[in-house]
Amino acid sequence: MATDQIEVDIKVPNQTRYLCLIGHIGENVARALKHYSGDREKLAYDLNLVLTEAMANAITHANEGDPEKKVHIEIAIVDQQLALRVYDHGQGFDISQFDLPHKPLAEHGRGVYIIHTVMDEVEYRPTDDGHVLEMKKNL
Amino acid sequence: MNLQIDDKGSAILMQVQEERLDAHNSGELKTQMLKLFEDGKSNLVVDLSDVRFVDSSGLGALVSGFKNASSRNGSLKLSGLQMQVKSMFELTRLHRVFEIYNDAEEALGSF
Repeated sequence: MATDQIEVDIKVPNQTRYLCLIGHIGENVARALKHYSGDREKLAYDLNLVLTEAMANAITHANEGDPEKKVHIEIAIVDQQLALRVYDHGQGFDISQFDLPHKPLAEHGRGVYIIHTVMDEVEYRPTDDGHVLEMKKNL
Repeated sequence: MNLQIDDKGSAILMQVQEERLDAHNSGELKTQMLKLFEDGKSNLVVDLSDVRFVDSSGLGALVSGFKNASSRNGSLKLSGLQMQVKSMFELTRLHRVFEIYNDAEEALGSF
């Protein structure tokens, strides 16, 4: 079966101004896939969304807003599975809250729910100098 | 953030003239809304016609504005949601919280 083999590896400063850049790369990966029969524009939006959510979490919670730190992002497609990895250099953050906040008018707490809803597998694990949030989606 | 703010009499119209409403610029929207509340305004229409992408921070800023307006006996209503932005409200069930109108004129007319 024909498959796409794409790998993107990028490091950006730990600043929210780069969310747009990373989100757009995710969208463009979805649009560039040769072999995808689903709703391509929905996939593009979803990749933009989960990369934005994961990177914003890394910047504000794990890297504690330190502009000198870097966020490292990998996008890889192997055998019809897309993997997004967002590496941080901090103490980590809680991804165990899968559900929407109990209070409908909570101002925070929807990001992790969104990632879990859009992706098929989500794992957050320690690395040598921080953590990685790995999010997989079957194409 | 490019934000056009106009007093339309029945309510204040805030047009978010950005492609994205995300963790980078949502704080500024929140600050601008707070300024309006402090000036005694409590009825707002936030028009999102230009916004193609919203994340959880953007949604959080709008929820913050909604709560502030309600606590002042006013209301924050939304207009002009593009299809994928509307999907975000449905995904997070916030479409049950906000009054959402097709365009700004319709939203302003509801006050």
